[in-house]
Amino acid sequence: MSSILVQSSGLLTTVQDLGRQGFGTIGVSPSGAADPVSVRLGNRVVGNPENAAALEMTLLGGTFSFSDGAIVALAGSDFGAALDDAAIVPGKSVQLSPGQTLRLGPTRSGARCYLCVHGGIAVPQFLGSASTHLLSGLGGFEGRALRKGDVLSIGPATKPFRERVLSGRIVERLSLRSVLRVTPGPQADWFDGASLRAFCAATYRVGEQSNRMGIRLEGPPVSPQIGRPMITEGVSLGAIQVPTGGLPIILFVEQQTTGGYPKIANVISADLHRLGQLRPRDEIRFEQVTFDAARSLLIEHEKLLASSEAVV
Amino acid sequence: MAVPLTEEVQFLPASDQSLLVYFGHQITLKAHQRVRKLLRLLESEPIAGVRNLHPAYCSLLLDFDALTWKQGELEAILRSYIDRLAALHLPDPRRIEIPVCYGGEFGPDLDEVASFHGMTPAQAVELHASATYTVYFLGFVPGFAYLGGLPETLATARLASPRRNTPPGSVGIADNQTGVYPFDTPGGWRLIGRTPIAMFRPDRANMSFLAIGDRVRFTPISAERFAAPKTA
Repeated sequence: MSSILVQSSGLLTTVQDLGRQGFGTIGVSPSGAADPVSVRLGNRVVGNPENAAALEMTLLGGTFSFSDGAIVALAGSDFGAALDDAAIVPGKSVQLSPGQTLRLGPTRSGARCYLCVHGGIAVPQFLGSASTHLLSGLGGFEGRALRKGDVLSIGPATKPFRERVLSGRIVERLSLRSVLRVTPGPQADWFDGASLRAFCAATYRVGEQSNRMGIRLEGPPVSPQIGRPMITEGVSLGAIQVPTGGLPIILFVEQQTTGGYPKIANVISADLHRLGQLRPRDEIRFEQVTFDAARSLLIEHEKLLASSEAVV
Repeated sequence: MAVPLTEEVQFLPASDQSLLVYFGHQITLKAHQRVRKLLRLLESEPIAGVRNLHPAYCSLLLDFDALTWKQGELEAILRSYIDRLAALHLPDPRRIEIPVCYGGEFGPDLDEVASFHGMTPAQAVELHASATYTVYFLGFVPGFAYLGGLPETLATARLASPRRNTPPGSVGIADNQTGVYPFDTPGGWRLIGRTPIAMFRPDRANMSFLAIGDRVRFTPISAERFAAPKTA
């Protein structure tokens, strides 16, 4: 079986697929790629099913050598990749010869870059998924972020190399915007009209403490007008909870499965992948849409993703 | 005439792909039973396109595929499920015992909890180990059980600033709940002891040591027994 040697790991590199659903009853959140759209597209470029396991790099990429060669593609943000010192274009399938080294650097755009490999990264499945859940040390490669010297197996190749490339137009339409669309959260009525308007008018900055569990926001605090104690309940991906102190936190892929803070809003499904590309200090705003609008946007988003033009 | 059960149920969208079902807004055993019954029904007769279920004290959150379902359609199906809850019987709960070494380095907050309630640490331990608790649900992180039934006289508010680390197995108190931390996570519950039992193990058939609905008792053990090699 072919393998990848991690020569340097970068800032935080983990094995991720599209996550594990269905284990909320034992407190296991789905985890999975922070930017699932990039993983889906990157996997298609290398001829994988969309759900194949890839390497998720954060802000600073690693260096990887391929003793037996491989078919790879990079998706997501541009981390200035070079193959044996020659720059390579993200979003394009590349055939690596045995012994070649892929080197990534600091990001030139968003927070995450994905290294997709034909055959997928082969790690034991935990509850039906290869995704790493860092907080609990479960899944992925030994339940942890990659370190220098790790050797990862690549799944069996099933198809010959084919040159494929991501449509720049479609990537552009799916890529990061500074305005995230939200629907009202289950406790939106705990906040008065003025607070809700202020929340949508404000510019928030992504805090340094943000991670795969939650994206912490800095900016004008919001406070619920109802002082009713909150009873812990299930929380959804992208929920914007307002803890004591009023600085909102967006619950993210490795989120706690239940929580006891009121949720003012929730990022719409069609924008969730954009959260994965937010870097600390990025500025964002929220725009409220109706549930019907959110659904239409999701349908449009999935149509765009599924179109044959997306990967050619 | 009896009020149909569905009239007490409230549906609220949590996001464009998740729906909250509330059985009232109070932590009661009655609400808990309904949550469990609905969960049981949804597990035995799954609805296609429902991806995940998150039971809690008096609510159940369903994550669904928004391309398959509109909120209203799912609500209608759930109402038909809820109409059947009254006739549904839950199996007898499992009875689980959890050995705990209280106080000292294992329970750094025990003395404070005891003095806050004007009792000795030994009295606080006796009280904590005298009650039978119910697992209302699992949440937060894998294997974390929210246990209800803490004696009123032990109810203590969370720490003003949470710890950055909580050793796995730590037994904590937060308001009128108690629970065991399965992993080293940040946490604001007041720690009164620690169990040698692994609350979540991926190599076990039942990964989570506790399940929703379990009845739990804590048994005090010595530091020596805590350190003794595990037989199980």
